[in-house]
Amino acid sequence: MIGYVVRRLLSMVLTFWAMTFVAFLIMELPPGDFATTRVSEVSAAGAKIDPAMVSRLREMYHLDAPLLERYLVWFGGVLRGDFGYSLAFNTPVNQLVASQLPNTLLVEGLTLLFMYAVAIPIGIYSAVRKYSIGDYLASVIGFVGVAVPSFLLALLLMWVAYSNFGTVLGGLQSQEFAGAALSLAKVGDIAAHLWAPVLVGGAAGMASLIRVTRANLLDELDKPYVTTARAKGLTEFRLLLKYPVRMAMSPLVSSIGWLLPSLISSSTVVAIVLNMPTLGPLLLNGLLVQDMYLAGGVLVVMAVLTLMGTLISDVLLFWLDPRVRMGVL
Amino acid sequence: MTDIKTIDTAPSTAGFETPLRLMMRKLARHRLAQISGIVLLLLYSIALFADFLAPQDPNAYVGRFTYAPPQQLHLFDFSDGFKLAPFVYDYKVTVDPEALKRSFEINTEKKIPIQLFVPSEPYLLFGLIPLQHRFVGAADRKAPFYLLGADRLGRDMLSRLIHGARISLSIGLSGVLLSLVIGVVVGGLSGYLGGRTDMVIQRIIEFIWSLPQIPLWLGLAAAMPRDWTSLQAYLVITIILALLGWTELARVVRGKVLALKSEDFVAAARLDGAGEMRIILRHIVPSFMSHIIAVATLAIPSMILAETTLSYLGLGLQAPIVSWGVLLRESQNIRTIASAPWLLAPGFAVILTVLALNFFGDGLRDAADPYS
Repeated sequence: MIGYVVRRLLSMVLTFWAMTFVAFLIMELPPGDFATTRVSEVSAAGAKIDPAMVSRLREMYHLDAPLLERYLVWFGGVLRGDFGYSLAFNTPVNQLVASQLPNTLLVEGLTLLFMYAVAIPIGIYSAVRKYSIGDYLASVIGFVGVAVPSFLLALLLMWVAYSNFGTVLGGLQSQEFAGAALSLAKVGDIAAHLWAPVLVGGAAGMASLIRVTRANLLDELDKPYVTTARAKGLTEFRLLLKYPVRMAMSPLVSSIGWLLPSLISSSTVVAIVLNMPTLGPLLLNGLLVQDMYLAGGVLVVMAVLTLMGTLISDVLLFWLDPRVRMGVL
Repeated sequence: MTDIKTIDTAPSTAGFETPLRLMMRKLARHRLAQISGIVLLLLYSIALFADFLAPQDPNAYVGRFTYAPPQQLHLFDFSDGFKLAPFVYDYKVTVDPEALKRSFEINTEKKIPIQLFVPSEPYLLFGLIPLQHRFVGAADRKAPFYLLGADRLGRDMLSRLIHGARISLSIGLSGVLLSLVIGVVVGGLSGYLGGRTDMVIQRIIEFIWSLPQIPLWLGLAAAMPRDWTSLQAYLVITIILALLGWTELARVVRGKVLALKSEDFVAAARLDGAGEMRIILRHIVPSFMSHIIAVATLAIPSMILAETTLSYLGLGLQAPIVSWGVLLRESQNIRTIASAPWLLAPGFAVILTVLALNFFGDGLRDAADPYS
């Protein structure tokens, strides 16, 4: 068991390292570097730039060092929680990221909960009432859900809300609550803004989740222990929840591993369209003005979020499924 | 040796079919996949003949008709008796002197006759064949004819939609083609060699799966200089899409190769002295080609969705190029959408294409499964 945990942790560390390397390569891709961008920015503003300051900048960020050394300098910073300096916002990147992180966690966490809360009952229904009208309806909705790009779904929702109710969806809270302390009214206001990104972000991954639940449960429903339980006289509903659904749950818990990257993907786009104060728009802003420290920092944090998610799913699985605990599976 | 001689070496006409023919025959029984196939055929022909089918030049702008709403096409003229004479009604344009906002009303007084094969400015179909006619259009070239409305600059949405189909539909194909090449080579090697190579390749695939795709795509696309030509941008986007898209195909190929590599015909090829790449590409791959085609078809939609999303966010293809994602970029502002909802039309084209591809791919996969 200790071997299992150590192996998992080791692979996580390796994955984290590989992720930072990918993020760094993306940062390095655009032509020019931090100093040249800064110089062109200052001279565009009409001011003269001091060559001594440029060389100090170059030295400070090790810009003349070879690629690998620059990576190590940046990576060392990342380990200490220093992601570099954002040119566009004139602020350290870690402050920017830290200000958007709680919102991001709130939106993504709720989206994940929403997905499971809706997809699991639908999946169970589809499996138990196989080939019923409801089952077909669920799969049709699933097909359409996969086919609609999430930004389009967000746009459509905004359009419907605007043309029918005159409300402009977007943001996380109304203006008047922006600096206010946490109160019941503020929580209500945030909830009134949150439903849109949660709904749209959840719709994208829902279809596959329903399909997985349905397939897992269908495999279990034919097994002899279900027949035994039924023969003992358990009511159909209790029987279902007590045995086969619990068995079908554990592959679902491990599904977080692939669900989370796609969730972060789609919610990035949704957040941009709905103008949420989360990491998605921050990434896009950074990329559009080629503020590469910012973009790289956000990419690393997003990657860490997926890693944490997988870790949580591993722990959950370990706790839920005795077969994993015993090392049978 | 003796039993081989008894087998007739020439394939008898009865009871012999290639896997691909077999798949086509099974597909013919799959209703939804068939309909989707026809829809796809139509969509791709529209893209192919875009120059001829689009009623107008997609870049021709008419300031007078900014945000003109869609006109309804009337097929029959009832004004004097009953006549097959398609027409649309003209607009009555009024300009609000203060806000300078145009408002359009339908002018039922004036009909604009619509004809097939109307003359137009000369153009080259496929860049080769000089033509001077378009499939459909207003008889009077100056008259407004906007079946799907007009955009910010008074450009015809229908024509832009038709021209956008070229990029949006072809980028899915070229992206998948490139992924297929990478996927077959990497997956083939992984499955065939096994051992440590397989382990490393599988870990790399798992690593790519654990990355959030869209942020990564955005990051890669952002590195592209803005002043690149459309062809360069197209190629770069294709490569970016394939860079993350090959993994699924590689997994499928690996699985199939693992299953097939212990078959007798592979051993025979090896004993004949064929090289490893040759065994994979000439012997193993053809025997599960039909399955690969099905999986590749199912991979196209995600490429199309990715291109649309990237272009919509402004990091994919850029404005002079017309693709569905670039067109959707026009509808970023909620007030614009509310006053001109026809700008969302490309979105529905995307949905239709992706649905058709998914259904068709599902049908192909079922047909390619030898056990179904």
